[in-house]
Amino acid sequence: MSDGQTKQFGKGQRLVPAQKALKWYPVDDESQPKKVRKTIRPAKVRETLQPGTILILLAGRFRGKRVVLLKHLDQGVLLVTGPFKINGVPLRRVNARYVIATSKRIDIAGVDAKTIEKVSTPDYFTKEKKANKKSEEAFFKQGEKPEKKVVASARAADQKAVDQSILSIVKKEEFLSSYLATTFSLRNGDKPHEMKW
Amino acid sequence: MADIDVKLASWKLVEVGRLVLIRRGPYAGKLAAVVEIVDHRRVLVDGPSSEEQKIVPRHVLPLAHATLTHFVIPQLPRAAGTGPVKKLWAKNEIDGKWAKSGFAQKTDRVERRKNLTDFERFKVLRLRKQARYEVQKSYAKVKAAAAKS
Repeated sequence: MSDGQTKQFGKGQRLVPAQKALKWYPVDDESQPKKVRKTIRPAKVRETLQPGTILILLAGRFRGKRVVLLKHLDQGVLLVTGPFKINGVPLRRVNARYVIATSKRIDIAGVDAKTIEKVSTPDYFTKEKKANKKSEEAFFKQGEKPEKKVVASARAADQKAVDQSILSIVKKEEFLSSYLATTFSLRNGDKPHEMKW
Repeated sequence: MADIDVKLASWKLVEVGRLVLIRRGPYAGKLAAVVEIVDHRRVLVDGPSSEEQKIVPRHVLPLAHATLTHFVIPQLPRAAGTGPVKKLWAKNEIDGKWAKSGFAQKTDRVERRKNLTDFERFKVLRLRKQARYEVQKSYAKVKAAAAKS
């Protein structure tokens, strides 16, 4: 108890502690925080989801489309491509849970690895900030045509680079191109839990 | 007075040597021969097929679980053992005859269609469409030719 200061009180002096002791003892025991026994484990991917597999998307804007699986990103996210020219699905991230893996697989060894590396970085898909923010006046102005969305040319180039070799493989097999172009849907009497994919 | 031709009805009879298709139980879908009639609702059957997965062991089968087929092993001795039944089965080419029958072909096709993958299903769809188009084209040609003459 050295911290504090000695003060003079009349004739004697006394050490006044910097921090006063509590007047009472706490009634309750101090609660111990619960130890967390969970750990973050890497998402386990299904065995059927090998790169090159043709998937059926089940959710989102492109639901029902058949696409080609390119790569696993972390936490159960898949990188897929249409190819864009065949079914309009661009390079895109999808949740592995909302996907059916078919048994059809194509060889994607020839796909440009550098571009895929670039695309699979976490901030590739983040939205670009708008350069010219619309003012309030522009919002209220009537009759003006809204600006058309411009696809970044870098994105389009990446898409082309990735799809190039896939397209040449797809072309080789009969019906494969039109297979990718058609969307999947259930018809009367179809039992998806009994079907083979 | 007109002559009346009386013909024997060609019913499928429960008889020794009659081949039955088993519809229920562990041997459902397999073929067996009636070896002995136990009573009016049960028969002793035996199906010593040459193919491993089509063999039906000798057992008593309720007739309610069986469908009679057109095929009969002629002159099968009553209560013949598995050995002689197998011999006659092979001699009468039961497996081959059955595989050629309409029923077997239909069930085979259903089974195959059931096990198609997604891409194969798509190909079936397309090929059927192509075949249909050809048929309709030639039909239209015939129809047009008939209308002219």
